[in-house]
Amino acid sequence: MPNSYQSWGRFPKVSQNVHPVRWRKKPLTLPDTNSVLPYGLGRSYGDVCLNDGGTLLATRNLNHFIDFDKETGLLRCEAGVSLAEILELCLPQGWFLPTTPGTKFVTVGGAIANDVHGKNHHRAGTYGRHILQFELLRSNGERLLCTPTSNEQYYAATISGLGLTGLITWAEIQLKRVYHRAMHSESIQFTDLEEFFDISAQSEQDYEYTMAWVDCSSQNAGRGIFFCGNHITEEEIPAKWQTPSRTHTMPFDLPGFVLNQWSVSAFNWAYYKKQRQKSIKKLTDYDPFFYPLDAILQWNRLYGKQGFLQYQFVVPYEDHKIIKDILQTIAASGLSSFLAVLKTFGDLVSPGMLSFPRKGVTLALDFPIKGASTFELLERLDDMVREAKGVVYPCKDARLSARNFQAYYPQWTEFSKYIDPRFSSRFLRRVTE
Amino acid sequence: MRKILIIGATSAIAQATAKLFAEKHHALFLVGRDADKLETIAADLKVRGAHQVDYTALDLNEFDKHDSMLEQANTSLEGLDTILIAHGILDDQKAGEQDYTKAEQALRTNFLSVVSLLTPIANRFEKQRYGCIAVISSVAGDRGRQSNYIYATAKGALTIFLQGLRNRLQSANICVLTIKPGFVDTPMTANFKKGALWAKPEAIARGIYRAIENRKNTVYLPGFWWLIMMIIRHIPEPIFKRMKL
Ligand SMILES: Cc1cc2nc3c(=O)[nH]c(=O)nc-3n(C[C@H](O)[C@H](O)[C@H](O)COP(=O)(O)OP(=O)(O)OC[C@H]3O[C@@H](n4cnc5c(N)ncnc54)[C@H](O)[C@@H]3O)c2cc1C
Ligand SMILES: NC(=O)c1ccc[n+]([C@@H]2O[C@H](COP(=O)([O-])OP(=O)(O)OC[C@H]3O[C@@H](n4cnc5c(N)ncnc54)[C@H](OP(=O)(O)O)[C@@H]3O)[C@@H](O)[C@H]2O)c1
Repeated sequence: MPNSYQSWGRFPKVSQNVHPVRWRKKPLTLPDTNSVLPYGLGRSYGDVCLNDGGTLLATRNLNHFIDFDKETGLLRCEAGVSLAEILELCLPQGWFLPTTPGTKFVTVGGAIANDVHGKNHHRAGTYGRHILQFELLRSNGERLLCTPTSNEQYYAATISGLGLTGLITWAEIQLKRVYHRAMHSESIQFTDLEEFFDISAQSEQDYEYTMAWVDCSSQNAGRGIFFCGNHITEEEIPAKWQTPSRTHTMPFDLPGFVLNQWSVSAFNWAYYKKQRQKSIKKLTDYDPFFYPLDAILQWNRLYGKQGFLQYQFVVPYEDHKIIKDILQTIAASGLSSFLAVLKTFGDLVSPGMLSFPRKGVTLALDFPIKGASTFELLERLDDMVREAKGVVYPCKDARLSARNFQAYYPQWTEFSKYIDPRFSSRFLRRVTE
Repeated sequence: MRKILIIGATSAIAQATAKLFAEKHHALFLVGRDADKLETIAADLKVRGAHQVDYTALDLNEFDKHDSMLEQANTSLEGLDTILIAHGILDDQKAGEQDYTKAEQALRTNFLSVVSLLTPIANRFEKQRYGCIAVISSVAGDRGRQSNYIYATAKGALTIFLQGLRNRLQSANICVLTIKPGFVDTPMTANFKKGALWAKPEAIARGIYRAIENRKNTVYLPGFWWLIMMIIRHIPEPIFKRMKL
């Protein structure tokens, strides 16, 4: 199909072979010469899931559950099972994901390989912390059972390993007890970054989940809306609950000119003004709370055929100023981003060797590709982030220089010992050239 | 609760259908030729809520073992009331044109093995006077075309066999369902170029599930294939024979 086997940002466009992996117990069939790379649901924005000139091992047929203990919430499943499928099975039985990214259409293998984070990073850390064990299938046919205490280097290298250490065939995940799909949610307007940090410090005490949408398109850069939430308790289970069900599909690519400085500013203005009170508290279904964008399937087509870039970095917490500088640099460039997401990470350390999240403040932004100026802006941001001792998130990246990647992740030389000799990706080739 | 025997249970379409049965807590017995695959599927169906799942590995071309397999399924589930037959092969048509043994193999697996299976099953169901027999045939069986007429012959024969069986078992209150999928994206068609007419196995599975629940006779899945095949069946032969289909 024309749309499949791209990255979520649909940039760059590459050509590669696709080989579906269907059964976890069967040996891998590898192409004679070129390299392979696992591919889950392609929700990575950049090229960690692309292998131009090589072969993708498509894992979505590895979608069998293996075991689920309703008493303890321990789930074992194949690596191509999606988080949506886990929720469908486990939520009615009182279990929720230990942490979840902003879309449920990702596979377990993809979530491990990018060591994804969610709105509860300050409480739960990354996804990898909740993976008790998994099997890693190497190109030589070896099957490594990886846990924190056996094959521990492969365990550490594969969590955040960007699909390069081998194929994860199955994994065991510790789920989290919940009582219902309803959430307490609160949304709070803030006018500048100082206020964001105040609200953030307070909310992290009261709420398990926090994140903010921030406007970075105008002279008001820095204002935004803070979202927080908790699962409801057993006593609060409502008698009746309307589950939202409608999804829409973006039917075509929006022409590139539609998203420009003015339309994005207008959107951001409207989004900010939509909330008329300072703070709104209500009960919300978990689905729109965690996955607002999943309601529009293929929303990435909003950015047109040429695709878009997403940029996410984290900088140490002390440094509010760098966030302000970056927001101003973006606003001044006129290359607007809508849906910028701001969040603080806690200090829970991930077992993953190349893991991105660390204590600090993280900002994620979308950029329509408007020629060389977009790339130049991001280069400039890379340097600002590096000087602030921050790092950029590989999962979202399609253009980072080798120099900056290696500066952000000096541990990559240690990591490269565990790369499977037959596995490679466009990302790997780009940042190690 | 249904007691369901699925033959050819490793097929993508059968797997997707079995998941729907599992979610409704039915009891299942799976037959396929690969024990590893069956074990994987059985575990998955249990997690998804199946009341019970057992399986046995059998190459369905071994007709002499059909009876004992049936006995084993019957014992395991303590009776049977629903059968889904899904196995099949789609070999290279050109190879079959050159080599009769290949054509014979296609007929054996796609048609004769089903006759061998359905003979004891029909007799058992006729006696017990309840049950549903669902078999996956194909739209291909509606008319012979140069690109796949060996496969189509087997499916066409199967469709006619099921018609006759339905007629015979009507008075015993047995439902016989002929399932005719169009193009489905499964391992069988992995090397085909996919277009707008292609469906996912999950969509076909929902159709099969509904047709079994509603005791249908014949279903085209997705339903628009009924129209396509009606047109194709009605093209006059002098024209049809010139077409490159
Ligand atoms: C709307 C949206 C919101 C998002 N929000 C967040 C967020 O809040 N936090 C966050 O961290 N991320 C977020 N992401 C990114 C997303 O969570 C990650 O890109 C995730 O890894 C995608 O999983 P996937 O199954 O699509 O994997 P793919 O994108 O297909 O692959 C990702 C990587 O995993 C590897 N991989 C896949 N399967 C396997 C396997 N079986 N064995 C070994 N390696 C494998 C691939 O080789 C590749 O390197 C978001 C993405 C979108 C589109
Ligand atoms: N896909 C389509 O477009 C399409 C269209 C119309 C009809 N159909 C029919 O739908 C049915 C299911 O096919 P599918 O599309 O789901 O493809 P599939 O996944 O390839 O299923 C075919 C199955 O048949 C099994 N099989 C073949 N020979 C066997 C034997 N001798 N013993 C035991 N099992 C055997 C295969 O087992 P292994 O897994 O061990 O190989 C495989 O699981 C078939 O009857 C097919 O003809 C398919």
